[in-house]
Amino acid sequence: MADLSVDFCGIKSPNPFWLASAPPTNTGAQIMRAFDAGWGGAVWKTLGNPIVNVSSRFGGIDYGSTRMMGLNNIELITDRPLDVNLREITEVKKRYPKHVVIASLMVETKDEWREIIQKAEDAGADGLELNFGCPHGMCERGMGSAVGNEPKVLEEIARWAVSFAKTPVIIKLTPNVSDIVEPGEAVLRSGAHAISLINTIKSIMGVDLERMIPLPRVGKYSTNGGYCGPAVKPIALHLLSQLTRHPTIKALPMSGIGGIGTWRDAAEFIALGATTVQVCTAVMHYGYRIVEDMIEGLSDFLDDRGMKSVNELRGLAIGQYQEWGDLDLSFRVVADVNEEKCIGCQLCYVACMDGAHQCIHLPGRTEAEARKAGHLHLPAHVPERAVKAVALANAGQLGPRAVPGTRIPFVDEDECIGCNLCSLVCPVAGCITMKELDSGKPVETWNDRIQKGTNLVPGGLDATERARRF
Amino acid sequence: MDSHSSMNLRLPPGRLEERFHEKKPLYDEHEALTEANRCLYCVDAPCVTACPTKIDVPTFIHKVATGNVRGAARTILTENLLGESCGQVCPVETLCAGACVYNAWERPPIQIGRLQHYAVTTAIANKPDLFELAPETGKTVALVGAGPASIAAAGWLALRGHRAVVFEKKTIPGGLNTLGIAPYKMKGDAALKEIAWVLGLAKGRIELRLGVDVVAGAAGAEEVSAAALLADYDAVFLGLGLGADSAMGVPGEDGEGVVGATAFIERLKADPALTLDGVQRAIVVGGGNTALDAVHELASLGVAATMVYRRSEAKMPGYAHELAAARVDGAGLVEDRAPIEVVRASGKLVALRVAPAKDGKPVGGAAPEDLPADLVIVAIGQNRATQIAQAFAGVALDPKGRVVVDPATHRTGNAKVWSGGDCVNGGKEVVNAVAEAKVAVLAIHSTLMGAN
Repeated sequence: MADLSVDFCGIKSPNPFWLASAPPTNTGAQIMRAFDAGWGGAVWKTLGNPIVNVSSRFGGIDYGSTRMMGLNNIELITDRPLDVNLREITEVKKRYPKHVVIASLMVETKDEWREIIQKAEDAGADGLELNFGCPHGMCERGMGSAVGNEPKVLEEIARWAVSFAKTPVIIKLTPNVSDIVEPGEAVLRSGAHAISLINTIKSIMGVDLERMIPLPRVGKYSTNGGYCGPAVKPIALHLLSQLTRHPTIKALPMSGIGGIGTWRDAAEFIALGATTVQVCTAVMHYGYRIVEDMIEGLSDFLDDRGMKSVNELRGLAIGQYQEWGDLDLSFRVVADVNEEKCIGCQLCYVACMDGAHQCIHLPGRTEAEARKAGHLHLPAHVPERAVKAVALANAGQLGPRAVPGTRIPFVDEDECIGCNLCSLVCPVAGCITMKELDSGKPVETWNDRIQKGTNLVPGGLDATERARRF
Repeated sequence: MDSHSSMNLRLPPGRLEERFHEKKPLYDEHEALTEANRCLYCVDAPCVTACPTKIDVPTFIHKVATGNVRGAARTILTENLLGESCGQVCPVETLCAGACVYNAWERPPIQIGRLQHYAVTTAIANKPDLFELAPETGKTVALVGAGPASIAAAGWLALRGHRAVVFEKKTIPGGLNTLGIAPYKMKGDAALKEIAWVLGLAKGRIELRLGVDVVAGAAGAEEVSAAALLADYDAVFLGLGLGADSAMGVPGEDGEGVVGATAFIERLKADPALTLDGVQRAIVVGGGNTALDAVHELASLGVAATMVYRRSEAKMPGYAHELAAARVDGAGLVEDRAPIEVVRASGKLVALRVAPAKDGKPVGGAAPEDLPADLVIVAIGQNRATQIAQAFAGVALDPKGRVVVDPATHRTGNAKVWSGGDCVNGGKEVVNAVAEAKVAVLAIHSTLMGAN
């Protein structure tokens, strides 16, 4: 079994799986149950000056029959007295000395930061996470994402914290910025030891159309919340990779957050450079128990690839993220429909017709019928396999599903631009795959063309054409 | 005695069971993912409670959904080492799936059996070594009978570091799991493949001795005495199963054309010499699940097969869902009739004479009728394997001939002997045998390791 233990800027954790600062880390009793279930660390629900919360607090967004594809909340930091939280931190660390407890902190003044850092460290926290990410409520009071949005303010407060702290200082960033590199560089300048990202995204979860009140509703009104859950994972992966591929910021350990619920999600964040991952929504949905699958799945994955430690996985995918200008223009894939798996729903056909490049056709049509359906370019010839598939399917000999042959689309490979769309909408796994074709051309990027001066594509604005000529 | 631990576990070709198609074939990955994602991942789930081996069903299904198929298999096999076959042969309709919360919601329950079959088969095909072996303990356990209880027990004992020697009278291991399962659920070679996997898992710690009879007295060739087992081994596990099919006890019963149900099904599954040439009409006597399997199998093979039961349909001990499925495939049912004679012409079977019955007994004076038949299958239960059990001093039997055990440990009256499966429970499912084997293994292990 692969070694899952990690060292996060000096903090040793039995595994990379931490609970994010959120309702699942509200109390010591909860965190101890989480550690029993297998979580390696927990970032305590943010400590600060006392606040008052509203009811209700969460909003969810479903996709079809899938519940809570995304979640948002308008809950503030902890609403429990500071001394109670500190006492519980001490108790948890006493009973679970090998597990990681990070104190998430959010206060305003320099004196407050000094005091709360000292109290959190005295209580036994292994490290501090400065909450510069919360995008609802607290930011209106000049804290949370209000700090994360202003690199100068972020840098200054982070410097205070570094000067007060004896334990590592982690800066939790907000994704509600136009360029994550700016706050990332501010963290680096401040001397803070690590970054965690992403905090939640500003959001309105929907509108109650009966009451005409956005969601979640508090009496007659609502406000924006912080969005999280599976739906935000792609955003989080991108922002993480923006930092882990940055020439200087990449030196900081990263704790990846955003839509992580399975071992596979975690592996993806680690492959893009995260040392630890933090989880909230999936636990709010299914409970602490999900960590069993995360530990086992990640461990088996590493074993399968002959990796002895999770550290070998870290960052393996970073180098394969390049600017668009460095992508190979000669690389070519085309869609390939497996006639035996096709169930004849024709979702690929309509997606290609209306949403892509009109290169998927239905067999058995006359040219007039095809033109009437909207095809402007017709295949030079119907591929033999499509003809055969039609004959077989009509004879009931194509696979177990007895789909009429005329319902099974075929791809005009000469016209297919390899966009993936048909394979993305196809409901049957492995039915439409993207087949790699040898384009016969050497690797060439847009940046290569710029260098060679061959980046002239005919058919633009006259002004551009004129400018190019001179 | 030959050691068969490295034998080639295969059945000969040309068996009747090969003509059957599986009603619930192995899911492909996409089917499994779709079904797994339908599971709500309930907490303290009723499907777990309903499973005799207490498999953590929501956890294994969640793992299937995340692509952690190997982890799913571990979750299953930790509780039920024969999870691959149980995924196929369990009456899930009355166990896990029957308890699924979707039922209360009037939606189709999760196909737990099919997901279990998928998870274990896929994981094993990819990488058979799913568990770490404990170091050798130097202890050896004898297991009598190679049915599911003994195979599961041998596997678990070996994983815990013990050696296991399994003695089986027949030349094919697996008991009813190999030789008694309806072929539209699972074929014999699948059961043998699972046994081969258990043997491989244990890395030579399990020895299978086939064609060896355990006897009370002095042992002859291909025999071993109970006393020798007690003397030579650190513990003994009795997984005896049941004995021969019970007879009706009516005139004309002895002779060709009348066979016991388990004997018939065994030949259908393992003996290429069995044909149904000339059999157009068959009658299956009984109302239990073995009777239902037999009538369903015959009907599927194109025989006009009718079940004769001495009580009403409502009182049948067989599962209602199995009767419904048998009927779909053409099986018939005659209720409230009791057999009183096997009618023969010049020795040849021609009919089963039945009388109207009330509360299971023939009604005196009522006119009997002859049900024409070329084959009569008797499925009214099995005798107990009492002789072998009694060969072990201190092992007690209850009035029904079942081996008496302490339910908490499955230890018998002999402190060195444990028991489980049909010989203890009187004849239940494979999953019950495995559940009992698990209890026994935990007790044997702690005894051998000196815990008590």
